[in-house]
Formats: sequence, C-alpha cells, structure tokens
Amino acid sequence: MRPSAVRLLNILVPVKRAVDYSVKIRVNPQQTGVDLNVKHSMNPFDEIGVEEAVRLRERHKDQVKSIKAVTIGPPKAIEILRSALAMGADSSIHVEIPENSPALEPLAVAKTLREIIKRQKEGVDVVILGKQAIDDDLGVTGQMLAGLLGWSQATFASKVEIDHAKKEALVTREIDGGGEEVRCRLPVIITTDLRLNEPRYASLPNIMKAKKKPVEKFTPEDLGIDYTPRLETLKVTEPPKRVGGSKVANVDELVTKLKEAGITVA
Amino acid sequence: MAEEEEVRGEEGAAGGRGRREVGGEDREGEAELVEGRGRQRGRGRHGAAGRRGRRGGGRAGAGLGAAVDEAGEEARQPVCGARIHARPRPARAQKSPSCFPTPQHRLLPRPTMLLRSIHTAVTRSDLAHFASILPPSAILSTLHAPHDLTQYNNDWMGKYRGASTTVLKPKSTDQVSQILKWCNHRRIPVVPQGGNTGLVGGSVPTRDELILSLSNMSKIRSFDPVSGVLVADAGCILQSLTDHVAPHNHVMPIDLGAKGSCQIGGNVATNAGGLRLLRYGSLHGTVLGLEVVLPDGTILDQLSTLRKDNTGTSYSTLQTPSHPVPGYDLKQLFIGAEGTLGVITGVSILTPPAPQASNNVILALPSFKNVLPLYQIVKRQLSEILSAFEYIDRTAYDLAVKHGQGRALSDEEVQGAQCFVLVETSGGRREHDAEKLSDLLENLLSADEPLITNGVMSQSPAQFSSLWALREGVTEAVSKEGKPYKYDISVPLTTFQDVVDNTREHLGSKGLLGDDAVKHVLGYGHVGDGNLHLNVVAAAYTPEIQAALEPYIYEVVASHRGSISAEHGIGAMKTHALRYSKSDVSIALMKKIKDVFDPNGIMNPGKVLE
Repeated sequence: MRPSAVRLLNILVPVKRAVDYSVKIRVNPQQTGVDLNVKHSMNPFDEIGVEEAVRLRERHKDQVKSIKAVTIGPPKAIEILRSALAMGADSSIHVEIPENSPALEPLAVAKTLREIIKRQKEGVDVVILGKQAIDDDLGVTGQMLAGLLGWSQATFASKVEIDHAKKEALVTREIDGGGEEVRCRLPVIITTDLRLNEPRYASLPNIMKAKKKPVEKFTPEDLGIDYTPRLETLKVTEPPKRVGGSKVANVDELVTKLKEAGITVA
Repeated sequence: MAEEEEVRGEEGAAGGRGRREVGGEDREGEAELVEGRGRQRGRGRHGAAGRRGRRGGGRAGAGLGAAVDEAGEEARQPVCGARIHARPRPARAQKSPSCFPTPQHRLLPRPTMLLRSIHTAVTRSDLAHFASILPPSAILSTLHAPHDLTQYNNDWMGKYRGASTTVLKPKSTDQVSQILKWCNHRRIPVVPQGGNTGLVGGSVPTRDELILSLSNMSKIRSFDPVSGVLVADAGCILQSLTDHVAPHNHVMPIDLGAKGSCQIGGNVATNAGGLRLLRYGSLHGTVLGLEVVLPDGTILDQLSTLRKDNTGTSYSTLQTPSHPVPGYDLKQLFIGAEGTLGVITGVSILTPPAPQASNNVILALPSFKNVLPLYQIVKRQLSEILSAFEYIDRTAYDLAVKHGQGRALSDEEVQGAQCFVLVETSGGRREHDAEKLSDLLENLLSADEPLITNGVMSQSPAQFSSLWALREGVTEAVSKEGKPYKYDISVPLTTFQDVVDNTREHLGSKGLLGDDAVKHVLGYGHVGDGNLHLNVVAAAYTPEIQAALEPYIYEVVASHRGSISAEHGIGAMKTHALRYSKSDVSIALMKKIKDVFDPNGIMNPGKVLE
C-alpha cells in the first residue's frame, strides 16, 4: 500500500507596521493618541515570527512548502512586506486600507486573517503571529483567531518544534516562573515571545530577490470585513512628570522632611 | 645627557632668567635641539641627569621667589612608576652639540623646559585659596582628605597614569578664570579634563599637575532652532547635546563611539573627527565661537558681543556661517590645541538638520583592493546622501563579534570576506534614499566582476544600531581582548592594508607575534577621510613591543607623507613624533605661539609640544 503523501507545511506569518520601538513618542495635541508622524517599522515580535518561519524551513527543508507574509495596513505597509520577503518569505498579501484610517482592532484583524486562510487553496498549517503589537500592546489577536477557527493555540512561545509526520507541534511557552510545554495538533496558531529567536539581517541577494516576489493585494471590501472601530478612545495623556528627589544633610533633616510629608510613626 | 648638564652649568642664575627674556630666535634653535634629543624631554622620567637639570633651573629661577622653589621641592619627589613603562632613550642623545646642522641654532634648552623645573605642585595653602573660590564639594584633594582619584589620573585605556593630588571641578567660567589666575601666579601646572576618553594620554597628568575637570560645567546655554546654533558649556556630554537638539530635528555634527562620556569641550580641544566627518566636516568649520579662559585667567569671550546683564548673558546670532569672523580667527588656534593654550569653557556650534531617513549596509569584500574602487562607485551613485563610509578588516570584525558588540552576520554572508565596509546614507526623503541605495546594491551585485561578495542591509532602527555597533564596538572589543597600542594615522587609501600587513610582518620578524605578546594587528577606519586606526593588541604593554612599533610606524607614515595623528590628537603619546608630520618651521612657530599664550608653560605641559 502506498503511504499517503504527508501534506507539506504552509506557514502564514501576519505582520504589523507599527511605530518603531526606538522612537520617543509624544502625545498628540488633541490628546487622542500619539504623534504618528514618526518612524515605523515591523513590529519586533512579528519579526521574530518571520525569523521562526524561515528557521523552520531551514530545519525541515523541503517539508515547508511556502511561507506567506500578510499585513493589513496603509499603502506604506508594503515596506514591511518587502522586509519579510527579504528575510525569506516566499510571497505576501497586502490588505490595503486607506491612509490615516483609525487604528485596527484585534477582532477585525482576526476576522481578516480567517478570511485569508479560507482563501488559501493549499491550506494553512501553522500561523505564527507576534504575541502583541508594541503600539497597542493588546496581545489578543492570535488567541481570537484560534477561537474563530477552532484551531489549537500555543502562545508566548520561546521554543517551537514541529513533528511533521505526526502533524504535531511541541511548543514551550513562557509563563511566570518558567516554561510550559504543550503539544498541539496541526493546524496551530503560535504567538512569539522575545526569547524565541533573534531576527537575522536581510542579506543583499535576498533583498534583490524580494523585489521580484509577488504581493497579492486585497481591499476590505474584497474580504467583506468591516474595520469600523468598536472602541472609542476618550483621552490619552502622558504620565505625571517625575519630580526630583533631594538630598538631606543628616538624620534630623530627614525626620523633619518625613514629618512635613505627613509620614509619621503610627 | 652630557650636553644637558654642561649647558645648564654654563648659565647659572642670570642665564636662567636671561633666557626667558630672549626673543624668538633662540626658540627656533631650541626646537631643533629638542627634536634631536628625541623623546626624553618633559616625560616625567626621573633619571639622574633630568633631576640635576631641574635643580639647576630652580636655582636659576631663584630671583622669582625662593618660597616657590621650596614649596615645590617636596612635591617634586619622583613618583616611581608614574608611567607604566619607560620609553627607551634613543642613542642619538649621546651626540655632541657640534653635530647640529645649522650654525644659528643655540645650544640652550627652551625656556619652558626650564620653566618646568620651577613648576610647583599644589600645596595646602593653595587649597585654602581654592576654598575661597569653590565650594568644598568641588575640591577633591588627597592633601586634606582621602580620595580615590584614579578615574581622573588614569586614562581610559589604563596606559597613561598620572599622580595628581588635586582635582578641581568649577561650575562657572568665572571660577575657572580665578583658578587659572592663581595657578599662573603660583606656577602650578594644570591639566584641563573633560570626559577623559582620549586615546593619546592628553587628558591625564604626566606627573602631579592639578586636574581641572570641566564636568560640572554642563549647562546648555541656548539653542536656536531656526539657525541650528547651539551654545553650551564645555562640560556638556556629547550625547546629551544630541538629545537636546533631537526634538528640534537637528543633530550634532560630530559623532564618536565615546559619545556617552566625552564632553564637547574636549571634542573641540582635540578637533575630534569621528564617524560623520565625511558628511558634516570638521570642527574647524562647525564651531562658530568659543569662550576660552587663557592661562593668566583672562576670559576670551568670542561667543557673544552683548554684555552680561542681570538676567544672564544673551548670545547674539552674529555667530553664523554667513558672518565671517573679522580679524584673526583666534578660535581656530584653540580647536585642536588639546588644552595647551587655554581652557575652553563654552562652545557655540552649528548643528545641521537631522536626516529624515537613515539607512546603512555592511558590505563584505573579498579583497582589500576593492575598497577604493568601491568607494568611488558609492560616492558617485549615492552622492549627497552618503554620510559615512567605514572600513573594518576581518580581524576587527571577528573581535567585535567575539566580544558581543553587535549582532553578527551569518556565516554564509561573511564567507571569504577579507574586509567589510559600512555605508550609511542620510537624507531628506526615505523613498528617494531607498531607491538610490537599492540601485547601487543591484549594480554592485550584478556587475561582471563584483567588488562585493555579499552584504546586509538594516531593516529597522534596531538593526541600524546593531550594524553600527559592529563598527563602533571595535574599540571596546580591542580593549577587552588585550592591551592595545593605537595608531591613528592618515595614509593614502591604497596603502591602508599594506601598512597593517607590513606592521604584522615587522612584529613577526622580531618574534613578537603570539598569544603572550602581540595577539592581533588590525585596522579599521574612516575611509572617506583617509584615516586608519591601526591597533596592535598585545597581552601586556612592554618596552620590546613599544620599541618595535616606534619609530617604525611613524617612519612608515612619513614615507607615505601621511599624518601621525589624523583625529585622536597628539596628547602625551606623540609629542616626539610630531616632527614626522610637521616641518621644523611649523613646529617652531607652534612653540612661539605657545609661549605667547602661556609664557609660564602651565597649560597641559608635556602634551602636543615637547
């Protein structure tokens, strides 16, 4: 009897264009958010996701059929898709939303990804997302997607191993006080944590090749998703400025100052 | 040594004073004499002849004030081991005076050399005077309290160690003025010190000079976001100035690896070059004005033309590039003078607009011979957006990676690479720059005979910093690896690698290569300025290695008509080698100028000029 062909892995890596982590952010004058006229780059956790997908291919070689990067964002977001392609993704999808659209919410993103996965003729076996985006720090998209699809999920991954033959993933998750190993059936949603890997530089030959790799475009209407925000941000303010301390000359002065501040021995 | 004694013996008391009043010609002659002596002068070496010379001078100067002499005497006891190792004395010293080439040269040592013998060290009565100028927290002296002054006395590399007893930390120009006035009167030699990050021993005492630290003068006086003119105290740390102008979309025109510790006053005093010289030019162009305290305490204020009022000093915007300085441009003398002509207390500098888009790539080259043609292509294709072009050889890269200075490239990417080049672009528009860079890289990779084997481009600011860290971190990696001998030389681009290889060969021929002697010989530098940092990393500083390297390296540089100090300055390290790059006429003039500003020779003695 011929062994049934084990299906090759298709990996989907959603990535987000976010304010770069090294930028010193400032609240905008309207106090509705931060000034977005600053440097943007790929969300660091998503970079780790792309790197992990590429490493899976390096480990499993021909068993990984495709690595696809996908982003939902304004026209400029295509830059991060090019970065993902330069790191080793094979093709990409850009769900284009207008410039200056309101910030995306996780449920809408999860629904979009579900729609995209449905449209992948070859199917998707592993979805690797960042555990959270550094602009909103919400950290729920991966989990919502797993819920919508009914797939297994392994979040805050610090180590990923795929057993292709058994169609299982063995993931070590970061938890308070250590790591937890979970074994999941494929298809699986994995969200990356910081210690999973360190993303590589994009090498020049790969950057050149990336220019020729395909970028499939969609609009929200194509997918039938509504991005209207369900949350309203009332106000954004900076934390109160830190007031400097002062040095005291001796214990008596310290006691006086403590008393002045209203701190007394019970 | 013989000549020194007999010459001093001849003069006696009158001669000593007389010489100080003699005009310029003597000093020219002395320049020749001093050079002939080589490196021995003013080195803090306490050989017998040296001491005799000093005492002779002391007697000669008796007319000035015997009290000064006596007070100084005890402090002049030799501090053995003031240097890590003694320099070997060149055999030439034994030549008789008749060997000097031109007849008009006198056989008299320079007055300032003799003046060193009447320099005194700080005493408690001096401390009492300083206490009337400064608060107690600004006076650190081992004369009246136990203090650990190692961080002030020793340089960053641990190669140069001074023996100062006293550190003063003034907060205002006025305090600096009063301090210098007193020191000039008392003939106390002074070492101005900023961040103490220098690499040539210029910022630490050679003996027990007073250390004048500018660290407490750290106020930013003003910044005009329209013109970009920044006026700051000399003790401001470079990084804090960068942070101050950043929100206004400006950058400092200099950038060095030491930016977190070095101070702008020191940068100006050493005419620091750094990573952005290619783009923004040298401090001689970007510094618009200086406030300097002269050795006698006079304040030379070239920052403003308006007088102080009760609310503070206003700074006119007259100091802009479009208003050239009338008369002699005095500030240029202080830029690069390394604290030998006065103490810089305030700096007015032009900050350029910050680039809106920065990018960098590291290119792997199979051979050093490709660097120059690569530079020409890069210059042509990137043109105005090129902001840095740095070279690191394979050894330097491996060391930086070994000591965790930045994320390494993959093995595949560095395979077969003999050296690397880091190219940075800075421009006004990201898309425009990205396109230019992309075209350049494509051309390089698809050329018939590619100059590069591979390379990586940063995809995010984090990677941008990481790639820079591979270059900026070489200095630190080298220090972690062993004891570095650093030679900051300027030689024609085509000869860079030859100089490194020949130095390695030369050391090998002396049997000095090995894990217990010289571990590595490497080169890295600012290709755009023709500026190579040759580093010889040894297990320890030893006289044998020193002797093998000097004057060999200086001779090599001279043979290429290069400079022995492209940007690090002369400091204490290269005073003897100045003649390899500057003519006798130049050096003689410099000494004349020094004597005009600092007749008592109290400013940073033993540095720059011998």
